[in-house]
Amino acid sequence: MKLIFDKSVPDRRGVTITRSDVATTVNIKKEFLRDKPAQLAELSELDVVRHFTELSRRNFGVDTNFYPLGSCTMKYNPKVTERIAAYPGFAHLHPLLPQLRGGGMLTQGALAVLYEMDMLLREITGMAGFTMQPMAGAHGELTGIMIMAAYHRDKGNKKTTVLIPDSAHGTNPASAAIAGYKIISVPSTDKGVMDVNALKKLLNDEVAGLMLTCPNTLGLFDPNIKQICDLIHSVDGLAYYDGANLNAIVGKARPGDFGFDIVHINLHKTFATPHGGGGPGSGPVGVTKKLVDYLPVSIVTKRHDGTYALEYDRPKSIGYIAPFYGNFAVILKAYVYILMLGKAGLVRVAENAVLNANYIRVKLQKHFEQAVKAICMHECVLTPSKGMLDSGVHALDVAKALIDRGFHPPTVYFPTTVHDAIMIEPTETESKETLDSFIEAMIDIAEVAKTDPEKIKASPLTTPVCRPDDTAAAKNLDLACL
Amino acid sequence: MPFIANTAGQQKQMLAEMGLTMDKLFSDIPKGLLCGQLNLPDGLPEQEVRGALAELAGKNSIDLTLFLGGGFYDHFIPAAVYSIISRSEFYTAYTPYQPEVSQGTLQAIYEYQSTICRLTDMVVANASIYDGGTAMYEAMMMALRITGRNKVIIDDSVNPIYRVMIESYTKNLKIEHVLTHCQTGLVDREQILAKLDNDTAAVILQNPNFFGCVDDFSDIAEAAHKKGALLVVSSYPISLGILKTPGSMGADIVTGEGQSLGMPMSFGGPYLGFMATRMEYVRKMPGRIIGRTKDRNGNDCFVMTLQAREQHIRREKATSNICSNEALCAMTALVYLSLLGKEGLRQTAQLCADKASYAYSRLTAIPGVKSHFKANWFFNEFVLDLPKDATDVIGKLIEKGFAAGFPLSRYYPDMKNCILVCVTEKRTKQQIGMFAEALESVL
Ligand SMILES: Cc1ncc(COP(=O)(O)O)c(C=O)c1O
Repeated sequence: MKLIFDKSVPDRRGVTITRSDVATTVNIKKEFLRDKPAQLAELSELDVVRHFTELSRRNFGVDTNFYPLGSCTMKYNPKVTERIAAYPGFAHLHPLLPQLRGGGMLTQGALAVLYEMDMLLREITGMAGFTMQPMAGAHGELTGIMIMAAYHRDKGNKKTTVLIPDSAHGTNPASAAIAGYKIISVPSTDKGVMDVNALKKLLNDEVAGLMLTCPNTLGLFDPNIKQICDLIHSVDGLAYYDGANLNAIVGKARPGDFGFDIVHINLHKTFATPHGGGGPGSGPVGVTKKLVDYLPVSIVTKRHDGTYALEYDRPKSIGYIAPFYGNFAVILKAYVYILMLGKAGLVRVAENAVLNANYIRVKLQKHFEQAVKAICMHECVLTPSKGMLDSGVHALDVAKALIDRGFHPPTVYFPTTVHDAIMIEPTETESKETLDSFIEAMIDIAEVAKTDPEKIKASPLTTPVCRPDDTAAAKNLDLACL
Repeated sequence: MPFIANTAGQQKQMLAEMGLTMDKLFSDIPKGLLCGQLNLPDGLPEQEVRGALAELAGKNSIDLTLFLGGGFYDHFIPAAVYSIISRSEFYTAYTPYQPEVSQGTLQAIYEYQSTICRLTDMVVANASIYDGGTAMYEAMMMALRITGRNKVIIDDSVNPIYRVMIESYTKNLKIEHVLTHCQTGLVDREQILAKLDNDTAAVILQNPNFFGCVDDFSDIAEAAHKKGALLVVSSYPISLGILKTPGSMGADIVTGEGQSLGMPMSFGGPYLGFMATRMEYVRKMPGRIIGRTKDRNGNDCFVMTLQAREQHIRREKATSNICSNEALCAMTALVYLSLLGKEGLRQTAQLCADKASYAYSRLTAIPGVKSHFKANWFFNEFVLDLPKDATDVIGKLIEKGFAAGFPLSRYYPDMKNCILVCVTEKRTKQQIGMFAEALESVL
């Protein structure tokens, strides 16, 4: 398909800019002006609409296809949340308004959303206070580690390392490293959970904390979770909960009760906000009481008269990590979602997420290997059977064969501790009928792989492109059309 | 239950087929760790939730006439922008890990990268960073990696919101920050040259700067390069409709806040951090990058490339921890700029400058109101000295229906009477006239 620039026709216009009602004055020195206009495409409005409509047809989304991308919680994104985020009272609100004298009273609705969301997330996670500012999960991780560092600085602790299990998501070590820590990897047992004995050996006074996903990236709930948190506390370390997999336990169990000190939540996963083709997300961070003072500036508070205010005077705070109050429109959508589900609905979310994942796991256990033979939580990690691997069919081939059968592939090759991982997270919004047809497709792939492996390796055949050459892409860099 | 497909009957049937119970499925969670019923409200049907949220939205005032900018702007957004980005094939997808079913997102982001390059006169751009402030911090970290040095010079005419963010982000790292002071509206060359040495990784500047003043940093780029340092410039993308580009000034890394490109202000986000650089630095750049390549059958196609920089491959050695970015906002910027086109962007920028000029002449005609800076080449924001405390004046004008601007004393303690006024193409001559009258009446 042509690039938008290749469709450009000189002098064609997409929008008519509003007429000027003032004189044109050149108030800028000529040397400060650009010598020729930016070479943007020149198209009609219809040209632009057609171009992007055509592009949209080259995408799978949750609305078009089952999208069981493990670790990403691709649940349905309710339409009503889009509608509400577009209400002019929210969409047209300037973020600096509450920082002007008298402006706070003109933004009470938005401040209420932030405050009430904080309260809901406290109850859901068992933490004592939240910041809504982090703009994605990884940003929440960095914020959390900065809070960890501030805590240790305050106590005069000389801590240099952060412990992270080998099965962790790449953002965990990356976030801790960016905040200035050394990373030490903690091995897993053959049951797929943390090796507590190994953890004990790694504990010393240098340990600032531990970052953990629970359920972990194998979809397993670590039954030793409380002991693990206690062990970390025994060296005055802090336990960090990566909430990417909160969907498995939401409404049923709370990281705060497990002993975690710092928690981030991915609103774009557990609380159904759209993933946007890669973002925006939102990653609020919650902390226990002893860490509340370190949360970023500002925080929304409620006054005695019931009005809301922004608090800036926070001397122990780590400072600013976002220009304002976070990805407000995303937070708003998640707030609406929680209001609609309510306490009973959230429990059903976790139950059905876990039910759906296990249903897939059980129905496929004769056709694929399970990375760990156990009941899973919200996602299951499979690998191709030995027979499939022997005939040269790998996780990637299974993924591509699924595309031809109308499904977005699961996550593949993650967690990295499992060879040829196929990580399937169906979510609770999918029906038994959808799961059944997915299972049928997976079984079909397993069968064909045995009899005609080349057919699987040739897939996908139904898409506009097939198996792009990644090596060539990285070698002959073509990163922009200039 | 809303948004859960399986009926109670189906759930039972599925459990029976597996020979499991719901309790068994959750049996790995120790009993003592189950929380019991949470203290949360009951769920609300759509009709009620819409009513409740419409009421909250109504408590936010959007009737003020905005002369408030500060890096976040009230620009006009054509209807087609929202229609296009509301296609759920785009917004319900995720990171394009599987290129065969993500060519829509991938090609759009490649076109976005190309558009950012065309706007800034750079040669490579990434697929987005959270926001303009984080993009500046990432550019700083990138400059440290490229030069292997540890000192950065940042001018106080850089958006103070970005500066406080950088300060927080780097609190746990041992980086030497040198702050230079902007006295005249233009960056003080003498101070910068005095601080620039062989340990300097980067000089970080903004154009137009936080005070709205326009500059040309070519001489600073040259001086920085002589010392082996990089020039990082943060830009306001709308202004690039008419202003000299950071690329042509010799900037090495260009960042900025892309909110003005078709995104509503939405009380602070989601926004768009953009970043572009020279080809020689691409492997040190953070964030996703989309490249064009060929598929198995020789067809042109797009993929995520140079992933060996990223956290999912390189873990603690990655160039950044970013995973989810602001992809839909990047697409919004692309759609907005494609609709405006070459001439539309130029006209929009010119209109902003013209209206700001008009407002400047109206407001400085008020007795006691003066321009704060002598050198006065500005784009669409300018600083005025008022005869009174700016915070008080702004408070009085809010009551009259105007968000008059930003009180600079919030970040610059010795600018008590200074107000930063912003004018976009949305403001009319009549509104500007009414604003001038209102200001005069409260002084
Ligand atoms: C386990 C885990 N942790 C952290 C993240 C990072 O979250 P985000 O992409 O919102 O930055 C992810 C994202 O996929 C994840 O799966």
